Amino acid sequence: MFDSDIPVYLIILSPIISFLVNSIFIRIFFGTNSKISGLLTIFTISISFLFSLLALYHVNSNGNYEYDSRLWFSYGSFEIGFGILLDQLTAIMLVVVSGVSLLVQIYSIGYMKNDISYVRYYAYMSLFTASMLGLVTSRNLVQLFVFWELVGVTSYLLIGFWMNRPSAAKAAKKAFLMTRFGDFGFLFGIMYLASKNPEWLDIPTLYNAVHLPDFTHTVATIFSIALLAGAVGKSAQFPLHSWLPDAMEGPTSVSALIHSATMVTAGVFLIARIFPIISLSDESQIILSFIGAFTVIFAASMALVSNDIKRVLAYSTVSQLGYMMLALGIGAYGPAIFHLLTHAFFKAALFLGSGSLHHSTGTFNLKYMGGMKKIMPVTYWSMLIGSLSLAGIFPLSGFWSKDEILSSLFNDFSFLSPNSILFFLAIIGVFMTSFYMFRAIFLAFDGEFRGGGTQEKKDLKKKGLVIPETLEDVHKSEAPKVMLIPVLILVFFAIFLGFFVNPVFDIPLISKHWFSNLLFQNVPVFGDNVHHTDFKFLIAIISSIIAIIGIMLAWAIYIKGYVSLPKNSFIINKLKILLDKKYFFDEIYEDKLVNSFLYNRLFKITEVLDLKFLDNINIYLGKFTLKIGQLLSIGQTGYLQFYAGGMILGVIILLCGIVLWNF
Amino acid sequence: MFDGFLTILVFSPAVIALSLLITNKIFNSETIIRNISIFGSVFTFVFSLVAFLNYDTDLGGIQFVDYYENWIPLNSLKTSYLLGIDGLSAPLVLLTGLLGMISVLASWRVNIRITEYYFWLLLLQSAVLGVFTSLDMILFFVFFEFELIPMFMLISIWGSGRSHYSAMKFVLFTAMGGVFLLIGILIIYMSDPITSMAMVSVPSVGIDQGIPDMIAGYNLIAPTVLVFILFLIAFLVKLPVWPLHNWLPDAHTDAPTAVSIMLAGVLLKMAGYGLLRINVGFFQETNDFTIMSAAPYLATLAAISTIYGAIVTIRQTDMKRLIAFSSVSHMGYVLLGISIFSYNIGNGVVIAGMSGAALQMFTHGTITGLAFLVIGLIYDRTHTRYIPHLGGLWKKTPIISVFFLLAGFASLGLPGTSGFISEIMIFISTFKVWPIQTTVAAFGIVLAAGYSLWMIQRVIFGNVPSKGGLSKKNYDSLEDANWKDIIPLVSLVIPILMLGIWPKLLVDIFEKGISSVIR
Repeated sequence: MFDSDIPVYLIILSPIISFLVNSIFIRIFFGTNSKISGLLTIFTISISFLFSLLALYHVNSNGNYEYDSRLWFSYGSFEIGFGILLDQLTAIMLVVVSGVSLLVQIYSIGYMKNDISYVRYYAYMSLFTASMLGLVTSRNLVQLFVFWELVGVTSYLLIGFWMNRPSAAKAAKKAFLMTRFGDFGFLFGIMYLASKNPEWLDIPTLYNAVHLPDFTHTVATIFSIALLAGAVGKSAQFPLHSWLPDAMEGPTSVSALIHSATMVTAGVFLIARIFPIISLSDESQIILSFIGAFTVIFAASMALVSNDIKRVLAYSTVSQLGYMMLALGIGAYGPAIFHLLTHAFFKAALFLGSGSLHHSTGTFNLKYMGGMKKIMPVTYWSMLIGSLSLAGIFPLSGFWSKDEILSSLFNDFSFLSPNSILFFLAIIGVFMTSFYMFRAIFLAFDGEFRGGGTQEKKDLKKKGLVIPETLEDVHKSEAPKVMLIPVLILVFFAIFLGFFVNPVFDIPLISKHWFSNLLFQNVPVFGDNVHHTDFKFLIAIISSIIAIIGIMLAWAIYIKGYVSLPKNSFIINKLKILLDKKYFFDEIYEDKLVNSFLYNRLFKITEVLDLKFLDNINIYLGKFTLKIGQLLSIGQTGYLQFYAGGMILGVIILLCGIVLWNF
Repeated sequence: MFDGFLTILVFSPAVIALSLLITNKIFNSETIIRNISIFGSVFTFVFSLVAFLNYDTDLGGIQFVDYYENWIPLNSLKTSYLLGIDGLSAPLVLLTGLLGMISVLASWRVNIRITEYYFWLLLLQSAVLGVFTSLDMILFFVFFEFELIPMFMLISIWGSGRSHYSAMKFVLFTAMGGVFLLIGILIIYMSDPITSMAMVSVPSVGIDQGIPDMIAGYNLIAPTVLVFILFLIAFLVKLPVWPLHNWLPDAHTDAPTAVSIMLAGVLLKMAGYGLLRINVGFFQETNDFTIMSAAPYLATLAAISTIYGAIVTIRQTDMKRLIAFSSVSHMGYVLLGISIFSYNIGNGVVIAGMSGAALQMFTHGTITGLAFLVIGLIYDRTHTRYIPHLGGLWKKTPIISVFFLLAGFASLGLPGTSGFISEIMIFISTFKVWPIQTTVAAFGIVLAAGYSLWMIQRVIFGNVPSKGGLSKKNYDSLEDANWKDIIPLVSLVIPILMLGIWPKLLVDIFEKGISSVIR
C-alpha cells in the first residue's frame, strides 16, 4: 500500500484537517471550549498513528521508499520540488511523533478540561503535529525548512498559549527568536548548497552526490556546520540553550510533546538526515560531538539546583539531547536514534507526571511539594520508573540506549584522545542525571507535604513578590483516569521499549539488534559499511554503578540527611549562585547583549543617525534653497530705476566681455 | 489596434471620481457617494482581475495593446499613446486593483470631506494603473508625476500628526526624483537613433523597435552611465533605498490608513517596476556601459538598506512607523534580487532572482497592506498607535488579533505565507553572485522576527499597561472587527496564503515577463 505516496500524505493531512475544522468550523459554531475539538484531534491523530505504524511495517519489510519529487515552483531551469522520503529514520520518527502526540492529546482532555481556549489549544496541537510529521517526511531541504519554521511557530503559539501572562508571551518570543537565530544558519546552508548545485537540495540526490568529485571536503564542512547551527538552535544545545527552560511557561502537555519528545529532537533528526555529509567532514564531527558532550554536563549542572520540577526536566532534556548530538558526532547513528526513541517515551511520561503533580499540589516548586507518594501512588510509581529509565538503570529502556552511546565512545579508547575526553564527560553526565532526577523525585514524593501552591502564594505575598499565575490551590488528589492511562502507556514503553526493540541477543519474534539493523538498511545513507555497537559488559557495569551512586547520594542528602553541603563555604555559595543564575546566560544575552549593547547602543545610534543626520541633511538642503532664494530676492526691489541700471550694467559687462574675447 | 480594455481599466476610476463631484452636487448624500466609490473600485478590481487572468502566459509578450499614434497631434513628437501589459506588469495591475478596492473599502470610517476624499483616492488609482500599463516613456512620466497630486491632498488633508510636513516632504522627494527621470528621458529623446518613445517593441501594432533595441550599440548624446544613474536615482528615491528613504516613514505614518495601504502597497512598486523595465531593460547592450558594472553597488546598497531598515524598525514605538521602516528593509530585498542581473550564472538563476524580486513587490504589497489595515482598526478603537500604551488586545478583540498575528508572521517571512517564497528565491539565486551581501541581507530575517514578534508581544499579548494604557472602561468597551472590517482583511489574507502555498500562480507569469525584459 505504500507503493504510492498518498498514504504518507494522509499521515500529514489528517491533523491538518482537524486544525482547519477546529480553528474555523468548531470555533465559530461551537464556541471556544467545545469538547468536540479534543475528540476530533484524537481521532485524526490516531489515523496518522495507524498509518505511521503501517509505514514502519512496510519499511521494515521492503526497505526505504523514494517517491517522485513533485514540482513546487520553478523559475526557468531552477526548480524547487517537494515530495516524500520514507526511509527507516522517517518511519521511526513518524511513529514516535504520532504516538507520543496521540497520548498527549488524550492526557490533555483531562489536563486542559477547564481552559476557556480549549479549541484553540487543540487547533495549535493539530497544526504542530502536522508540521512535525511533515518535517520528518520532507525530501527537499527547502521543504524541510518550511516545516522546520512551522514547528517553530506552533511552538511559539503554544508556549505563549496563556498569552495574557507576560512571562509566557516573553518566553514564546525568546524561543522563536533564539531558534530563528539558528535557522539563519540553516538558511545559509541552503543558499550555499544551492549556489553549488541547486539539484542537491533534493535529499536523495544529495546522498548520491557525496561520491562525486564536486562535492569537496570544504563544501561538506561549510554546509554541515551551517546546518549544525540550525540544529543547535532547535535542539537547545549550548550556546543557544537558554530558551528551552523558559519555554516551560506553556501548558505542561505542550512541554511533554514539543519540548521533550518531538520538536526539540528535530535538530537531532536534521543531523541524522545529513549524516552522509557530516561524515565527510572531521571538523564538523568534532564540533558536533564537543557541543553535545559539553551540553550534557552543562545543562545537567543547572538541573542540580533548580527548584522547579519542570525546569529540572527541561534541563534534563537539553542534557539528553546533548547525548544524542554527541553520539551523532562520533558517528554512532544507531545509538543516537535509539536514544531519541527511548527518551521520547520516558521523558514524556515524566513531563506528564509533573503536570499531574501540578494539578494536585498547585505548584511546580519542589520546595512546596513533598509527601505526595501516599496521595498519588500511580503518579509516584510512574515518575519513579521514568526517572530510573532516565538514569539508565538496568533493565529499563534508558539503560540500553545510553549504554550504546557510551559503548560507541569506548570503541577505540586511548588515554587523552578526543574520544576519551568525551567518554568522561558522558560518564559525569550519567552521575549528574541520576542525582538531579532523584533529588527531584525525593523532594516531591517523600517527606512531609510542605503546603503546595496555597503556601507558596502566602509566602510570596509576605515577601511582597509578584504571584505567578501558574500557582493554584492545593487539591491533593490522584490525577483522573484520562490523565493516568496515557502516562501508564508511556511508562510501559519506558520499561520495555529499550530491550525489546533492540535486544542484545535473539529473542522470539525479534532478532538481535533489530532496531539498529533496521536503521542500517538505509542504503543511500550508509552504503555497505555497517558497523554495530556491541553490548559491552564493562561499560554497563561502570555506568550502572555510577548511576546508583548518584541515586544513593540524592537519597543520603534529601531523605536521610546524612550528608549536607557545608553552609558557609565560599566556593559552594558562589557555585550555587552561578548555577541558580544559569551561568548568567540570560543576563549576558538579554540584558547585556540585546538590551544594553544592541537595542540601547548600536540600534539607537542608527536611529539617531536616521533622525538627526539624514533628516537634517534634507532640512539643510531646504534651508539652503531658501537662503539662495532670499539672496536673489534682494535684487527684486520694484524700482524701475534699479532695474534699468542693472540692465545697463549688464550690457556694459557683456560688451566688455566681447571686446576682451576678440582682443 | 485599439481594443480599449486597458484604457477603460485605467480611466474608469478617474471617470467615477469625476462623477462623484457631479453626484455630490445633485444628491448631496454620503451613502450614495460611498456606494459609488465602492462600485468604482470593485469594478476596477474585477477588470484588473480579468486582465490578469486573460493574459496568455504561453504566448507571452505585450498583450491588451491600446495604440494611438498621434496622441499629441504633432508629427515631430516621437511619443504615442501606447498601453499594454506583459508578464511583469499584469500582476502589478492586479495588485493595484486589489489594493485600490481595499483602500476604498477600508475608508468607511472617514467622515470629513468625503466626496473629495474618494475623488482623490480614485484618481490616485488611475494614476498608478497608468504607470503600470503605459509603454510610452512620455506617457509613463505623465502618470508617474500625476500620482503626486492626489497623494499630496490625501496626506495633508486627511492625515494625522505632522501631515502637511509629511505630504510636502513626500512631494519634494518624489518630484526631485521625477526631475532626474525627466532629464534621463530627455537625453534619450534627443539622441539620434531614437524614432519613437516606446519602452518595448510591440510587433503587433507595428512598433518593431523599442528604446532598448534602438539604443543598443549607439552612443547617446550624454554618457550612458549618466543616463543610467539619473533613472536609478529617480527610482531609488521612490523604492526607497538607504540613504534616500527619509520621506517614507513620515509619509506612511501621517497618511490615513487607506493611503498608507496604497503608498506602501503599490506606489513603492512603481519604483521596482521602473528599475526592472527601464534600468534593467534599457542598458543591456548600450555601447559604453552595461548594468553589470553597477550591480555590485546595487547589491551592497540593498544589503545596507535591508539591515539598516530592520535595525531602525526594531527601535520604533509607533506601529505605523514600525511597518514603514520595515518596508525599507523589505524593499531592499527587491533591489537585491534585481542586482544579479546579467551575471553569467545560468539564465535560470538570473530569472529566479529577478522574478523573486518581482514577487517580493507583490507580496510586500499585500502583507504591508494587511499590516496597515489591522493597525488602522486598532487605532480606530484605542486611538493610539504608541506601542507602550497598548497590550492585551487578544482578550477583547480576538479577530483583529488573529489578523495582526498573521500580518506579523507574514512580515517575518514565515513559510506558508508569500513572503517566504520571494525571499528564499532571492537569497538562493543572489547568493551565487553576492555571497557576502546576501548573507548580510538574509540576516534580516532574524531581525524581522525580532521586530514582528516584539510588536505582537507588546500589542496583543500580555495585559493593558498600567501606565498610559487604556482605562478599564475603555478596554472593556473595545469592539471586535465587524463584517465591514473583515471583508478587506480576508481579501488580503487570501492572496498571502495562496501564494505561500501555491506560488506557481504568480511565478510563471512573472518569469515570462522577466525573461522578456532581460532578453
